[in-house]
Amino acid sequence: MSERFTKSMARNIYLGGGVFSLLLFFSLSYHTMGVLPERDHRHNITPEVVLGKKVWEDNNCVGCHTILGEGAYFAPELGNVYKRFGNSTEAIIGFIESRPVEGIPGRRSMPQFNLSREELVGIAEFLKWTSEINTNNWPPNIEG
Amino acid sequence: MMKYESQAVAKPYFIAAIGLFIVQVLFGLIMATQYLIGDFMFPEIPFNVARMVHTNLLIVWLLFGFMGASYFLVPEESERELYSPKLALILFWTFLVAGALTVLGYLLVPYAGLAAMTGNDIWPTMGREFLEQPTITKIGIVVVVLGFIFNIGMTVLSGRKTVISVVLLTGLVGLAVFFLFAFYNPVNLVLDKFFWWWVVHLWVEGVWELILGAILAFVLIKVTGVDREVIEKWLYVIIAMALITGVIGTGHHYFFIGTPGYWLWLGSIFSALEPIPFFMMTLFAFNMVNRRRRDHANQAAVLWALGTAVLAFVGAGVWGFMHTLAPINYYTHGSQITAAHGHLAFFGAYALIVMTIISYAMPIIRGQAAAPAAAQRLEKWSFWLLASSMVTITLALTGAGVLQVWLQRMAEEPMSFMATQDSIAFFYWLRLAAGFVFTAGLFVYVASFFVGQKSAITTTK
Repeated sequence: MSERFTKSMARNIYLGGGVFSLLLFFSLSYHTMGVLPERDHRHNITPEVVLGKKVWEDNNCVGCHTILGEGAYFAPELGNVYKRFGNSTEAIIGFIESRPVEGIPGRRSMPQFNLSREELVGIAEFLKWTSEINTNNWPPNIEG
Repeated sequence: MMKYESQAVAKPYFIAAIGLFIVQVLFGLIMATQYLIGDFMFPEIPFNVARMVHTNLLIVWLLFGFMGASYFLVPEESERELYSPKLALILFWTFLVAGALTVLGYLLVPYAGLAAMTGNDIWPTMGREFLEQPTITKIGIVVVVLGFIFNIGMTVLSGRKTVISVVLLTGLVGLAVFFLFAFYNPVNLVLDKFFWWWVVHLWVEGVWELILGAILAFVLIKVTGVDREVIEKWLYVIIAMALITGVIGTGHHYFFIGTPGYWLWLGSIFSALEPIPFFMMTLFAFNMVNRRRRDHANQAAVLWALGTAVLAFVGAGVWGFMHTLAPINYYTHGSQITAAHGHLAFFGAYALIVMTIISYAMPIIRGQAAAPAAAQRLEKWSFWLLASSMVTITLALTGAGVLQVWLQRMAEEPMSFMATQDSIAFFYWLRLAAGFVFTAGLFVYVASFFVGQKSAITTTK
């Protein structure tokens, strides 16, 4: 690098640029917090949805599936599974309940989690709520 | 030879890092097999368990590597002994035992049981990607990291302050601060995801780049003998660009998770610039090596350093850019393209920088100026085996991803997820084969520490 560009100039770009970027990022995040409620429809977060998210986490669902595109890529996207299953929470519950304990020979299979009825309703309601978040129209189609 | 005795505490950290790296890769092989033979090891080790072990061990061994690097380079930069070598050793064992217990918990107890056992009902933080650790483990991580930063901070602040040591310390403090968001887990998934990225993105595309830059700069000063003023100027410019592009670049994760539309623009524009600091890092490394004032005896370390610069640019820079623009990411988000990028970025930037500092520091800790010629030869072999197989893994996953996106998301009659997976199995076979080569490379790497030691010229004792 040229001699006219000194180390103290470089340091000033680092400090100024770094601090400015962080402040701008925090301001934008603050603004996002203000407009999120209408996009995430948090008023629809019922006790079932809360329980469902807990069940989702306690069973590490994100270790195989993606949800809104984030997670593991081993099993189908679940952000829109409610819609893919014909807008049916019972279809989701039926699928989870029917997983074989010993798996399916040669195939990927979801484990049998032995969830209670309450937990099953929770997870289904959580996935229903998730499918109604405004995601800028993602995923591109119903297959997720 | 070591300038300061306390630099030797880096040794157990480096050994642990390499050991955990091996375990990480073995679990990678399990997963790569499960992609093809779905019921492999099921239900004993389901995919999600193998993946937790794989990703969590990656983070833990890199942290061991960063800590070892800090303990080695900070005394030398500060021109004084480490504040407390004893604390460093206590924290080492604490971290290792806590990490081992957590991994055993993943493997031996169903995850829901582990959650119940560790009080996830009281303070739920588990079950989120990369942050799967029980809350109590997370608290342990905070304690270890704070103790570590205290130790390093006391050394830096009471000694000679160099750009390298201050940038490193800044990166480490940032690492600790942003990790605190791991404890925030709102019931609203959108908020959860928003702040989850404050840990994940602001680590790997933010403060970790400071740590990476500082370690690379340190090794380049040592192996090239180029004037510190020149290297420090480069370091400032690189980390300036990393922060200027990467912080707002967080927006490329805010495209489709419920956040407002302006992030599509901000995230696209700023993250499209994120390759710049990595490209500069490549220019930096090659420039310094070309302008070297001496030919250091440790040419293996030079190779690792140049490899870091190149593969960080390709993996983080080029492969990141490939899918970072919102209209493209709309189709590639959460596909095998993401996995491809993740593999080469983590390997190129972070695995390789840790291996660079190990290559430079380990012989010195063992009382040699550089590893014996035979050992360096093996090291270089392992570099090429690891690098070429990881590039192959990346290309295979990219092939899988492109086809997946086409079949599942762009075709006139889109296929289901599982039908798509069956159609792209060829690429998963390729990935698995490359995974075995990678494992072989890792064993060659380990072997390099044990060959030629009898003929080694020891500079101490």
